[in-house]
Amino acid sequence: MINQLSWKVGGQQGEGIESTGEIFSIALNRLGYYLYGYRHFSSRIKGGHTNNKIRVSTTQVRSISDDLDILVAFDQETIDLNYKELHDKGVIIADAKFSPIKSEDTEAKMYAVPFTDLATELGTSLMKNMVAVGATCAVLNLDISVFEEVVQEIFGKKGQQVVDKNMEAVKAGFDFMKENLGDTAELMELEKADGKQRLFMIGNDAIALGALAGGCRFMAAYPITPASEIMEYLIAKLPPLGGAVIQTEDEIAAVTMAIGANYGGVRALTASAGPGLSLKMEAIGLSGITETPLVIVDTQRGGPSTGMPTKQEQSDLMAMIYGTHGEIPKIVLAPSTVQEAFYDTAEAFNLAEEYQCPVIVLSDLQLSLGKQTVEPLEFDQIEIRRGKLLTGELPEVENKGYFKRYEVTEDGISPRVIPGMKNGIHHVTGVEHDETGKPSESAANRKAQMDKRFRKIENIKFNTPVYKNAPHEESDILIVGFNSTRGAIEEAVGRLEKDGLKVNHAQVRLIHPFPTEELLPLVKSAKKIVVVENNATGQLANIMKMNVGHAEKIQKLLKYDGNPFLPQEIYTNCKELF
Amino acid sequence: MATFKDFRNNVKPNWCPGCGDFSVQAAIQRAAANVGLEPDNLAVISGIGCSGRISGYINSYGLHGIHGRSLPIAQGVKMANRDLTVIASGGDGDGFAIGMGHTIHAIRRNVNITYIVMDNQIYGLTKGQTSPRSAAGFKTKSTPEGSVEQAIAPMEMALTAGATFVAQSFSTDLKDLTALIEEGIKHDGFSLINVFSPCVTYNKVNTYDWFKENLTKLSDIEGYDSSNRAMAMQTLMKHNGLVTGLIYQDTERKSYQELLKGYSETPLTQADLKLDQTYFDKLVEEFM
Repeated sequence: MINQLSWKVGGQQGEGIESTGEIFSIALNRLGYYLYGYRHFSSRIKGGHTNNKIRVSTTQVRSISDDLDILVAFDQETIDLNYKELHDKGVIIADAKFSPIKSEDTEAKMYAVPFTDLATELGTSLMKNMVAVGATCAVLNLDISVFEEVVQEIFGKKGQQVVDKNMEAVKAGFDFMKENLGDTAELMELEKADGKQRLFMIGNDAIALGALAGGCRFMAAYPITPASEIMEYLIAKLPPLGGAVIQTEDEIAAVTMAIGANYGGVRALTASAGPGLSLKMEAIGLSGITETPLVIVDTQRGGPSTGMPTKQEQSDLMAMIYGTHGEIPKIVLAPSTVQEAFYDTAEAFNLAEEYQCPVIVLSDLQLSLGKQTVEPLEFDQIEIRRGKLLTGELPEVENKGYFKRYEVTEDGISPRVIPGMKNGIHHVTGVEHDETGKPSESAANRKAQMDKRFRKIENIKFNTPVYKNAPHEESDILIVGFNSTRGAIEEAVGRLEKDGLKVNHAQVRLIHPFPTEELLPLVKSAKKIVVVENNATGQLANIMKMNVGHAEKIQKLLKYDGNPFLPQEIYTNCKELF
Repeated sequence: MATFKDFRNNVKPNWCPGCGDFSVQAAIQRAAANVGLEPDNLAVISGIGCSGRISGYINSYGLHGIHGRSLPIAQGVKMANRDLTVIASGGDGDGFAIGMGHTIHAIRRNVNITYIVMDNQIYGLTKGQTSPRSAAGFKTKSTPEGSVEQAIAPMEMALTAGATFVAQSFSTDLKDLTALIEEGIKHDGFSLINVFSPCVTYNKVNTYDWFKENLTKLSDIEGYDSSNRAMAMQTLMKHNGLVTGLIYQDTERKSYQELLKGYSETPLTQADLKLDQTYFDKLVEEFM
């Protein structure tokens, strides 16, 4: 019996690889297993190798595994590119149609299963992925009835006959594999899961759902990988709430339209990836100086320029903190799990209105597109707080005096009204302005307004600025990361602890303003600090050195080849320090 | 009921004496009063440049944004609150150079706002460079040998982009301009009004006198039919774009907000921000 395994299905893009993985994982999720799926794909629609690696476990997993138990191959390229990941007792299940060949330098067993032929016999070769699912079940000794419900849901619209045929295909694969399996079966039998119903979603789903729950009723966006799912989800879900999504002509229109809508009084969102964020920068400054709430999602991918659009990277950090010319108050959040992506996005709308500034929800490709099992989301944790937005009647203004929208206050936050309110007229401009919004170049006013704006974020209240798993008062190593590296770090920590090292882990969730006070005790009490990040220059490490100090202790563990960290890489790196 | 004086504020414009923009400002104030608006029901969204300052000179809600982006901001404001009257405005650089992409797409999107361009065929605030509206051969600081680029024909362009309301005016024709702005505000869709608004400091070619000599009023053209797109196009081409009046209006096509499925009939600003627990549970179930 095993309590976790790693399964990968690969073939040509556009061949149904994704749906094979989807059906497999939805069914296992319903049995109560924890899943983690990560797709390898390219910037093209048809053709090119693609694969979907899915981890199945009886406990929470948030990382790709170091090795592979089962490889399902629809073509020879899949075997050639991926067999090295298989451990000695791994299994290759390949379509007999292409006469699969296994390299001699692997001990893994290979089974040629006639995916295509069995499917064709049943009516259409399209069902070869269902045959592959069935064959996998035989290796895991899973009852194929778990797929009945899923197949019904996916193919039900096409009629009962299609449903039946697909189930027959699953059974055909299962039966064939059972007969030919030999002694492998015992090795791969999965421990039973707890049967609890949990969610299975990508980070972008959670971001979009979090936006809805957080009161977002308008979105303006431009399609881009890996952010588009957020827009697509809201296109489906906003209209039933009376809201709308506009697919704009470009990224600049998207962000400025969102600014217009927020100024107009609606919670509005825009989302993009690095190239889009570069285009939005001037407007982010407008939001900053006009103190217009704005929530922007940045799903980081390989940069710069077009870079590696379908690959993991965390290289937008500095740009998100400092981007836009001039200086503005800004909040940057970096959820590290799908759950956090939900709660943080909802909270971003509160922060944007409370602090009247742009709030960037930073994600990365692995978090945005990696599909993971999520514990039930607690709706009653979601609050709607609108800060100093005035809603009642306003006092009469005399002599066409303007409402003091930019009143200099102790906490820097000024009362806010939205257009349409009687007695609330004021001017809003990206030009430096006085308390009523009228342009002013006076030195005293400039200083007063700049100071006021920056006072706003001196005491940001954010629930968990740093996720900490820090059981040790004095640690050998403190590992620090942000966004999706959390899963790989957690597994590495487990292994290092087993080896007797004292390891604390901190995942920074509030990137800016930097939570120095939260981190400092952990930094001080660590012998060594390893900052793990998917970029080439160590941006988080540099920000830590700048804010927290202790530069001599801080080491960078960097990966910028487009792939997420594996637990083993972090483990090995930390081990080498001792 | 508000009069045009209620739309005046106590800010003194920093435009040069004689600038055409003063009349555009007055026309907006008059039109707003004439259609029965109150100052707090109007939002003027402007771009950057001399003309972009206009939102600060009208007693109404207003946002002076970034260069070339008045239209997406204005559309966002309107989407947030469909009960507000939203006017976007700016210069020819704002609308036909840096913001041209937005202009074309705002036209075809047809959100119910009015866009007033103050067209002086030159860059004023940066002190006299060529504009996409400058005629070929036009000499400026940036084109000392005369511009070798073709001028944009904004009215023709609007027609081909699927505009539902296209008008042009001259800043000194206060009465006509006011009437056109009123029509634009009332139009259910995107209305584009290009106003020749001479720059007395930097443009010594397209002066008040030049316009008086060269402009033709559409009302003086016998049989002109503003519902006929082909006639509109032909007339513009014949007069090299130098006509004033309502060039084209399509009263059939519905505005973006009318066509958009599900979009709330009441302002989105009034939407309940809290989701219903049952609705949330239903959304979550889709991920099981």
